[in-house]
Amino acid sequence: MTPPPPADAAVLSTRSLLAGEGHRGGTLPSWAPWGALGGALVFCAAALAALGWFTIALTLVFGALIGIVAVYAWSRAVEGARRAKDRAITMAIASAFAVAMAPLISLLYEVVRRGVQGLSWEFFTSDARGVVGGGGAEHAIVGTLVIAGCAALISVPIGIMAAIYLNEYGRGPLRRALTFFVDVMTGIPSIVAGLFAYALFELFFGPGIQMGIMGSVALSVLMIPIVIRSAEEVLKIVPNHLREASYALGTPKWKTIAKVVLPTAFAGLVTGVMIAIARIVGETAPLLVTTGVVDSLNANPFQGRMQNLAVYAYNEYRSPGVMKQASYDRAWAAALTLIAIVMILNVIARLVYRRYKTETR
Amino acid sequence: MEGRKLRGMFGSQTKPETEEGQNTMSQAGPVTETSSQAPGTVSARRAKTLEAKGVNLYYGDFHAVENVTMTIEPNKVTALIGSSGCGKTTFLRSLNRMHELTPGASVKGDIYLDGEDIYGGGVDPVAVRRLVGMVFQQPNPFPTMSIYDNVAAGLNFNAGKVSKGDKDAVVEKSLRGAHLWDEVKDRLDRPGSGLSGGQQQRLCIARATAVSPEVLLMDEPCSALDPVATLAIEDLIAELKKEYTIAIVTHNMQQAARASDNTAFFNLDESGKPGHLVEIGTTEDIFTRPKQKETEDYVSGRFG
Repeated sequence: MTPPPPADAAVLSTRSLLAGEGHRGGTLPSWAPWGALGGALVFCAAALAALGWFTIALTLVFGALIGIVAVYAWSRAVEGARRAKDRAITMAIASAFAVAMAPLISLLYEVVRRGVQGLSWEFFTSDARGVVGGGGAEHAIVGTLVIAGCAALISVPIGIMAAIYLNEYGRGPLRRALTFFVDVMTGIPSIVAGLFAYALFELFFGPGIQMGIMGSVALSVLMIPIVIRSAEEVLKIVPNHLREASYALGTPKWKTIAKVVLPTAFAGLVTGVMIAIARIVGETAPLLVTTGVVDSLNANPFQGRMQNLAVYAYNEYRSPGVMKQASYDRAWAAALTLIAIVMILNVIARLVYRRYKTETR
Repeated sequence: MEGRKLRGMFGSQTKPETEEGQNTMSQAGPVTETSSQAPGTVSARRAKTLEAKGVNLYYGDFHAVENVTMTIEPNKVTALIGSSGCGKTTFLRSLNRMHELTPGASVKGDIYLDGEDIYGGGVDPVAVRRLVGMVFQQPNPFPTMSIYDNVAAGLNFNAGKVSKGDKDAVVEKSLRGAHLWDEVKDRLDRPGSGLSGGQQQRLCIARATAVSPEVLLMDEPCSALDPVATLAIEDLIAELKKEYTIAIVTHNMQQAARASDNTAFFNLDESGKPGHLVEIGTTEDIFTRPKQKETEDYVSGRFG
């Protein structure tokens, strides 16, 4: 037995049916959410100022809360409960996004504001050898690029070949075990990677050894799992029908991978590698252990200590010279340079992706 | 003439080669006769025969196709028809050893290409696929390659050093053979994925023929295409059989009737049971006087 339809069902107009359940017929003006939010912020600022507790953070928090409640009540009165809920949730999600963005924007703002003061021609073109209160970070910039470059040279072939194995060849327990260990490797604390590289090289070169390449090895330990993971994802989305089309021409598997799968996945592979480099280029702890601290330019990863930007910033801050403020400025400038390098890598990744991406079904 | 275009329904076909009418057909069961070229057949090239003997196909423990014995005759089009899931495509993929690429898939029985067992010891699956090419349901040109490189892909990958002139010649011949040359000759360097669906499928046929296989397998090559593009492909198939042995899986019974010389009907008793070959014969026989009730029900649109 189905219950009989409610008596008023028959008299509902098509219009009210189209509007949906619980609709009251009205619509808020399009500026309503912003208007309510603005009003709530002004109200909160005024109220907090009157109480003598005014801060920007408090105003934003209370303003957002009051704004959401106001829009909900207003919409409920005019539009009905369902749309009111929709508006309130939309605003809550937008606020959550704003909260998530806040640290990032604040960080960028702060680094740029403080970093530009330390930037100068000298910062990029001279090292800090034998200078008091001056000098630049050329040795750290070169060191960062050399160490990260060598780490990429080690990690990219290993990572991509491992991903090819996992996605194209691997079967059964070995494949599962490797996937598991890659996951474990992703979680290795970076200082452990540094100590591992140090212990490895100590075996051959004796205690106290510090070289650029050791830092690259340490960073590779961190980078390889990232490259494997991203490359595996990219290879997975190369459609199987392309592999089959190649096999049907009488192409061996390795050639199918080299000539069809990898070119199709090229854009995604490059993007993954760039993001992996961006992820490791700012590592500090493992490099502190493996490449050491040094004031002069050294571009040879196989000989002697090598400075890098993260350790440079740390060091300028921890043990400033006679002119403390100049040291602090240089630390911030190094941080800004590091962020710029990461940003450039990301932009390159985007451009490569856009230029070489292939449409696959 | 082998090369005549088979247009319209089988009923309008004339059959000049009466002597080959019933020769190599067999029902599911032991093959009693190896196919021999029917006398009087005129063909541009003598392609090779494919014979399946007692072929059983499995996906892991699942028995997908049971005990198929049939002959795919040279320079003819053999259509494989039957309801979905009855193993037509699986069987087709076993004919160039693509079936075993699916993890867990296995094959029992023998398949002979011109008398040689393609599943025999010492046979390289890659070499089998050079002789038995395949065209897929979805047009699948390589997205990173130009039209030219798509057609030349088989040569680029597998033929060692081929001179530019030879390659140009093969590309032009294949594209002409696929009735695509006039449409693309001015934009050979453009991506193959920029063509329409029907053009892409003809490009894939050109790619498959560029390596000069003996047999062409086609897995529902027109199911993603509109009727006009379908007709273009069917015309092409009628041309291609001058040079190749062709097996085509189709769900479209008119297509089987129009485009094929022989038809094999596959069926399965119920879902979960293996598919099997019910009957094979000339297309005319299968559609007008099938020996099995099942076949008659299927081709006339009555089931059960």
